[in-house]
Amino acid sequence: MSAALVFQNLTLGYDRLPAVQQLDTEIQEGSLTAIVGPNGAGKSTLLKGVTGALAPLEGKVHIDGFRDEEIAYLPQQSEIDRSFPISVVDLVAMGLWREIGAFGRLGPAMPARVDAAIAAVGLTGFEKRSIGSLSGGQMQRALFARLLLQNAQLVLLDEPFAAIDTKTMADLIDVIKGWHSEGRTILAVLHDYNTVGAHFPQTMMLARELVAHGPTAKVLTSENQFRARQMCEACTGTPHVCGKTAA
Amino acid sequence: MIWDLVVAPFADFGFMRRALLGCIAVSVGATPVGVFLILRHMSLTGDAMAHAILPGAAIGYLVSGLSLGAMTVGGLIAGMIVALASGFVARVTSLREDASLAAFYLISLALGVLIVSTHGNNIDLMHVLFGTVLALDNTALILLCSFASLSVLVLAVLFRPLVLECADPQFLRSVSKLSGVTHFTFLALVVMNLVGGFHALGTLMAVGIMILPGAAARFWAESIGGLIAAAALVAMLSSLIGLLLSFHYSLPSGPAIILVAGVGYGLSLIFGPVGGAIAQNLPRRNFET
Repeated sequence: MSAALVFQNLTLGYDRLPAVQQLDTEIQEGSLTAIVGPNGAGKSTLLKGVTGALAPLEGKVHIDGFRDEEIAYLPQQSEIDRSFPISVVDLVAMGLWREIGAFGRLGPAMPARVDAAIAAVGLTGFEKRSIGSLSGGQMQRALFARLLLQNAQLVLLDEPFAAIDTKTMADLIDVIKGWHSEGRTILAVLHDYNTVGAHFPQTMMLARELVAHGPTAKVLTSENQFRARQMCEACTGTPHVCGKTAA
Repeated sequence: MIWDLVVAPFADFGFMRRALLGCIAVSVGATPVGVFLILRHMSLTGDAMAHAILPGAAIGYLVSGLSLGAMTVGGLIAGMIVALASGFVARVTSLREDASLAAFYLISLALGVLIVSTHGNNIDLMHVLFGTVLALDNTALILLCSFASLSVLVLAVLFRPLVLECADPQFLRSVSKLSGVTHFTFLALVVMNLVGGFHALGTLMAVGIMILPGAAARFWAESIGGLIAAAALVAMLSSLIGLLLSFHYSLPSGPAIILVAGVGYGLSLIFGPVGGAIAQNLPRRNFET
């Protein structure tokens, strides 16, 4: 197995204030990795660094294995305008953007693929509903359907299970496991250690610096969790530094 | 009776036919842009941009009098400068785009009023502010129709990225480099339609025909296509009724048209089936499936 992602002395941050410091580790190709850590530990920041939305202050992210269009990123929901009059099927079909671009037309097989993606997340029957009428969990299902269509080799998920019920979470974890079995590389920021322990083979624990990275059972120890909390408490001493990184 | 009230003014007077054609052109071009402005929570941006084009039109006027070409080019340039400058400031500094737009349009507006009031007379100022829909000549009509056609065409090409830029800008940025292009092309459409509209309705009233029908349409339709169709319909009806009112009662035509659109908005607010006051408060007899 080769490395899909290599973080090399990576420092990421905002306004020259580091949120992730001197990260040196590798993500194996085809691995399913949870990123955990206290609030303000730099988890979301790290994903932004991988997408390229945030340029490193120092060091590098090597993503040699993937072209840009092979990376899919699901941010926390904040930027979607739920009042915008767009239907579920249209939102999901946006996942085909890489294939059809801004001006191309849907190919003959594509409507069936959109339907299949919607069925895979359990939203069949909701196609014509506007996104404003969906519950939080249904919305997250729709976004996962869009991710399915993006057909990405590297999938980045930022707190995909925040504020959704256990049934939805179980269904979406099945989708993630499907990707894993197809050999895709997945990085997910998560909060719930039980979910991580049950479903994610690899875990990276961050507290601005790397605390531990490896098989989940070896990373999620109480010593590591204690250390991560202490390291982050140290940084809450200067709130303007960590406050920025919390998002 | 109906003939005298509705048809005769247009049958008998060429200037009324021209005014109607001009207003329909503005309606077709400006309302889809207005619908997107509303959907992007940028309704007041239209207003700001309308003020921003004033000094350009004024400088055009200064250079060559009440010349259609000079005032159009001037207005376009001023509008684009303000749009680009505020977008640029928002991207390179920490000031948000609405604040920088407000700053630039206020500067632009002050400059415009200064130029008009030192070098023109009040009648000119009224002309620029309130338009002359009853005095549209052939050149002006061709200009209005060209702007409307171009606007519809560009919007059709830009439709998919624009919808995504409104609904989920973060996703658009993650799959495409078109985000910035989309935003600025859209602002350019706003400016173009306002400059076209200002020949007919004046800089202030041109925003009205852009935003009011779109706001009214929100109570009649839910899909984007439905919103655009409803808005264009409201705009054209308002133009027709407004022109007739202005004809029969000797009212200034620009404000008459916008006020009729305002009445249309008020009626939609109350009677519109999509979230209107009555529909909202009626007990629902059955649940939607």
